[in-house]
Amino acid sequence: MEEAIQGTHLEELKPPVTSVGVIGWVKNNLFNGWFNSILTIVILFFLWKTVPFLFRWAFIDSVWHTPGQGCREAAGACWSIISTNFRFIIFGFFPYEQQWRPLLAMMILFGLLFYSRDRNHWKKPLGYAWIMGLFTMGLLMKGGLFGLTPVESTQWGGLPLTLLLSVFGLTAAYPLGVLLALGRQSKMPALKLLCILYIELIRGVPLISLLFMSSIIFPLFLPEGITINKILRAQVAIILFTAAYIAEVVRGGLQGMSRGQYEAAESMGLNYYLTMRLVILPQALKIVIPPTVSILISAFKDTSLVVIIALFDLLKTTQSVLSNPEWMGFSREAYIFIAILYFLGCFSMSNYSRKLEKELSRGD
Amino acid sequence: MNKGLSKDTENRSSDEAMIEIIDMHKWFGDFHVLQGINLTVQKKERIVVCGPSGSGKSTLIRCINRLEEHQRGRIIVDGIELTNNIKNIEKIRAEVGIVFQHFNLFPHLTIVENLTLGPIWARKVPKAEAEETAMYFLDKVHIPEQAKKYPGQLSGGQQQRVAIARSLCMNPKVMLFDEPTSALDPEMIKEVLDVMIELAQEGMTMIVVSHEMGFAKSVAHRVLFMDFGQIVEGNTPEEFFENPQNERTKLFLSQILH
Repeated sequence: MEEAIQGTHLEELKPPVTSVGVIGWVKNNLFNGWFNSILTIVILFFLWKTVPFLFRWAFIDSVWHTPGQGCREAAGACWSIISTNFRFIIFGFFPYEQQWRPLLAMMILFGLLFYSRDRNHWKKPLGYAWIMGLFTMGLLMKGGLFGLTPVESTQWGGLPLTLLLSVFGLTAAYPLGVLLALGRQSKMPALKLLCILYIELIRGVPLISLLFMSSIIFPLFLPEGITINKILRAQVAIILFTAAYIAEVVRGGLQGMSRGQYEAAESMGLNYYLTMRLVILPQALKIVIPPTVSILISAFKDTSLVVIIALFDLLKTTQSVLSNPEWMGFSREAYIFIAILYFLGCFSMSNYSRKLEKELSRGD
Repeated sequence: MNKGLSKDTENRSSDEAMIEIIDMHKWFGDFHVLQGINLTVQKKERIVVCGPSGSGKSTLIRCINRLEEHQRGRIIVDGIELTNNIKNIEKIRAEVGIVFQHFNLFPHLTIVENLTLGPIWARKVPKAEAEETAMYFLDKVHIPEQAKKYPGQLSGGQQQRVAIARSLCMNPKVMLFDEPTSALDPEMIKEVLDVMIELAQEGMTMIVVSHEMGFAKSVAHRVLFMDFGQIVEGNTPEEFFENPQNERTKLFLSQILH
């Protein structure tokens, strides 16, 4: 009887107003203790001083569609530099009337990437779709078949070039890095030594010097008359560089695996290849998703270093616009714009990696 | 505990050796961990190996399926000699199942995937058939309802029973147990031992490294005591526990039986 009374009493009792809802949240998170209260007030003051100003600059006083002269009279941001030069920033020197081709190629790429997000779609047809897609993208960029005007790769530039370098760079560097990590763990001394040498040498030099070597020194060793495409050389340099870093991260994951996992697989008769493919790598690669994605993100941004070997990637096309006297001095707006583009790329990578991690951690 | 468990030598053919180990030595660096092991295990014989830690008992059974390599002497399993010949190692591993102290299930695979991985990939058994076998053995270890879960969602005792079922799916002739209950909470030991007893009743040849003396008494045909890399004493459980011959055995038994 007494219990019943107590039970009903408890049900009616609600937590005090000050600990729930908006007030409760504010109290618990912003004003718990004098130190946090002061921090909150200082930050609010700082925001009040900056945000309205930034907002005015970016949206109210800004101009969106004027020639360069109009910009100089405006008090706010000059977004006209983007709107006027948009197609050059995005496509570089690709022939103006043919720019639908890289646009279509990028749309195919984004479509394929988007469809590949879902791991349930990772089946054979998707592989064929990628092969078809890559072939179509190559055809669109290069032309020369089906009545498409040929476009030299020296005219490729802007966003398509950045995407080309990063998507191929990352997808090729990842498996290469995994192989290098496995090689470094190998029981075969020659293979092991080779992998260690490779990893340490590549990690020991900056990407810039690799790019220089690929563009200046490497051609010296080629026989007379043979040239290898400049984009391809830069691409290879990026792949080789990124792979060395991925190899070390993957090695960390491999070392995290307990010996028991190898022994269990071995004692049930799985050979080295099957043990790695079915037991060790699925676990090891999952553990190292966060650092791997860090490397992939930084490699994505590092593709902008191809500027120094005069490839017109996204950063370089933007800089060329800025060197035009009409638009000189509006670098803030231009850099904010490409920063947003890079951010979108990096953010979707890290977002996707979090989704992948969540999906793969069902077992724990 | 041992209802219907016959220890008659009749149902094991004493002239047929399942495992023969002849003057086997092993070193870890300079440490002489196994010093001249001689052991013959008959078909359907059940042996429990005990001894203080570091005495080499785990190493002994791990040598039998080449998780450790012996450096001198011979090991012959079902007529196949264990050498560096990879074909022989594969054949022997196909006949020898092992259950580890820490289960070593594959945490990224479901229980049924753990059980079918070996049959499907190493034996090329069709998937449907492998799953049927897996369910049969999960039933035998009394956890068919856990098939779709992941190892991390199971208790220690359940995981160890899955590990036993996983070995059985490879259809072994010999089962090795490397301290199968010493990583378990006390209340889970019995469920694992019960499964092992049922396996014994079906006539499986077993070598069990364990300090579960109750299990040894009721199931083993022979109990071996190892110390400093040698088999010091081996006898029927009755003789071994009632009338130990060697001083070290007596000391060890007095320590673990209190």
